[in-house]
Amino acid sequence: MAAAGAFAEAGADLELVGIHKRFPGFTAIESLDLTIPAGSFFALLGPSGCGKTTTLRLVAGLEQPTSGRILIGGEDVTDVKPYRRPVNTVFQSYALFPHMTVLENVAFGLRRRRIQHAVEKAHEALRLVELDHLAQRKPAQLSGGQQQRVALARAVVNRPALLLLDEPLGALDLKLRRQMQLELKSIQSEVGLTFLHVTHDQEEAMTMADTVAVMNRGQIEQMGSPEELYELPRTVFVANFLGQSNLFTGQIASDSGEAVVVDVAGVRVAVPKARAQRHTGRITIGVRPEKLLLHSSAPEPQAGVNVLGPGRVTDVSFSGVSTQYTVAIPGIGDLVVFAQNMVFGPVVHEGAEVWASWHVEHGFGLADEAPEAGRFADDTSTGSLARQTKEELLGELEEHGER
Amino acid sequence: MAFAAFGGPGAAAAATAEPAPLRKGWIAIGLLAPGLAYLLLFFLAPLVSLLLTSLQVAPEGAGKGEYVPGLEWGNYAQVIAAYWPHILRSLGYALIATVLALVIGYPIAYFIGVTARRWPLVQALSLTLVIAPFFISFLLRTLAWKQLLGDNSWIAQTLHGLGWLPASENIVGTPFSVVFGLTYNFIPFMVLPIYASLERLDRRYLEAGNDLYAGPSTTFWRVTLPLSMPGVVSGTLLTFIPASGDYINASQIYLGSPQTAMVGNVIDRTFLESQQYPVAAALSALLMGIILVIVAIYVRRSGTEELL
Repeated sequence: MAAAGAFAEAGADLELVGIHKRFPGFTAIESLDLTIPAGSFFALLGPSGCGKTTTLRLVAGLEQPTSGRILIGGEDVTDVKPYRRPVNTVFQSYALFPHMTVLENVAFGLRRRRIQHAVEKAHEALRLVELDHLAQRKPAQLSGGQQQRVALARAVVNRPALLLLDEPLGALDLKLRRQMQLELKSIQSEVGLTFLHVTHDQEEAMTMADTVAVMNRGQIEQMGSPEELYELPRTVFVANFLGQSNLFTGQIASDSGEAVVVDVAGVRVAVPKARAQRHTGRITIGVRPEKLLLHSSAPEPQAGVNVLGPGRVTDVSFSGVSTQYTVAIPGIGDLVVFAQNMVFGPVVHEGAEVWASWHVEHGFGLADEAPEAGRFADDTSTGSLARQTKEELLGELEEHGER
Repeated sequence: MAFAAFGGPGAAAAATAEPAPLRKGWIAIGLLAPGLAYLLLFFLAPLVSLLLTSLQVAPEGAGKGEYVPGLEWGNYAQVIAAYWPHILRSLGYALIATVLALVIGYPIAYFIGVTARRWPLVQALSLTLVIAPFFISFLLRTLAWKQLLGDNSWIAQTLHGLGWLPASENIVGTPFSVVFGLTYNFIPFMVLPIYASLERLDRRYLEAGNDLYAGPSTTFWRVTLPLSMPGVVSGTLLTFIPASGDYINASQIYLGSPQTAMVGNVIDRTFLESQQYPVAAALSALLMGIILVIVAIYVRRSGTEELL
């Protein structure tokens, strides 16, 4: 029980040093270095197959890294068996033992470690997730959301130094997911454990985590606070995966010291130097859709404001809080603009001639270049992946219920 | 109501819609009829006949095998008094064979159902090997074992040579060889149902066990075994019930001797040789009753009603 001392009232640091993980036929993780400070809520965000779940399984000990070290609370656990690690996982499928009651499930970890008063502690954990009244039920008799909370209680009750969450909210409907996000967050601050949360839902990662790491193809593309990642993405992948972006690629035409000006299909677009990763040659710059303003007449040229247009509105989709406009600008392509519904309904209609403007300081310059075809990459890929996973899980749950 | 859609509006629709449930009822009865008839003819009728036979009496001066209908409950007292050692022996042998088959069969089932999942070819091949003995007659296989374990076989010779078996004793004809034969013959019936439930076992439960501080052996006892209980219960029933009524392995022609006779052998002898039909019928009914009670208690105690 080398790591037994680490079962503490507080969380522990997690350190991944030079992790590689190769499976027969493909490489899941390409040189990963990561430090998660104790007591933080850390999210690993990325599309399916980016290596985030593999990372989690490596930390849990369910997989062995091909090379590299894993340290929990400063202690090397790379060769420690999963059942000896001070780590617990909330599995994507919950994996609640179907032959045990809710209470037995929650007390399972405590009993294995011969902790005193396991039953009382299990009841306490169930009260935390407000399910104590269902303690004697079998998992199959609970709804998806309730099962998810039992899975959480079963992990939290052990007070692990590190709690791993593998897309635990994926199977819940939107409303329940929001509620669980808030509950998870409050439980985390209440118990003070280190949470490592893996998800492909960018909104979930942003609302819950203190620090988000965006993962792509087995590597971390960018890491930082949610605001930082959203407002100042460094790569095309991050700009498109975390929210939407309008991206333009062009040659740098001039450098004013404060900002660089990029020639985008003949139009000059400025971006602050401090917010650009590169200052020479051909670069990709971007701006978030909600930073754009639509004008029905050409706006006066003004210092510190970029203007594109005229263009034609090709699509208007109303989504309650805001309206999404697609504007086709000749020579440049489609722009996406989010406008808050300050008045009733959309302000411009399909076919209208419009100009789009934004403040220079809202733009950002990326380190890599956007591919030609997908200049404005849609984020439906991840959305549909999430939906697909959810449907699969729901199907699985139903199957389970029928058995 | 699907019929109504084709019937047109008004009275016509109502007329076609109403007989639908009736017609469905007849279809169900029609489909069930062959099965019901089969059960009536080949299960219920023989069972009643068996019970009636078990109560028959021999009239004054009757010859061998001559009985008349009666209500002689004393037949039961008589068979219990005469054959209780055989009944106990049958249950004992069957129990030992079942436990042995479980201990040997579970690892085989686990290997095929869980370990070999990664290699479908190995899985298919192992399953075939488990079933393969069925291609050869049960009787032939048991006779083959009689040869293999016989007095002049290399197994017996080796045991004699090593001094593990006294020169005056043999293997065939002992309780050991009977239990051995029962175990051997019923292992596939143990392996297949356990395999079927282990094959569905979700590995994520094992990972969850590992994650919750349960080492491999604790995970097995707390998670794998309870989840495969439906298979274990079916396997043990499929072994225990036929084994306790078996009369091939224990018969003198095969692996047994008069000292190893089981209820099956007694029924065989009393029915075919001495033609004491009421005795044979009473023993059969008794064995059936005892097995029913044991199975009911077992299924209830193993707590698998909801898993089954």
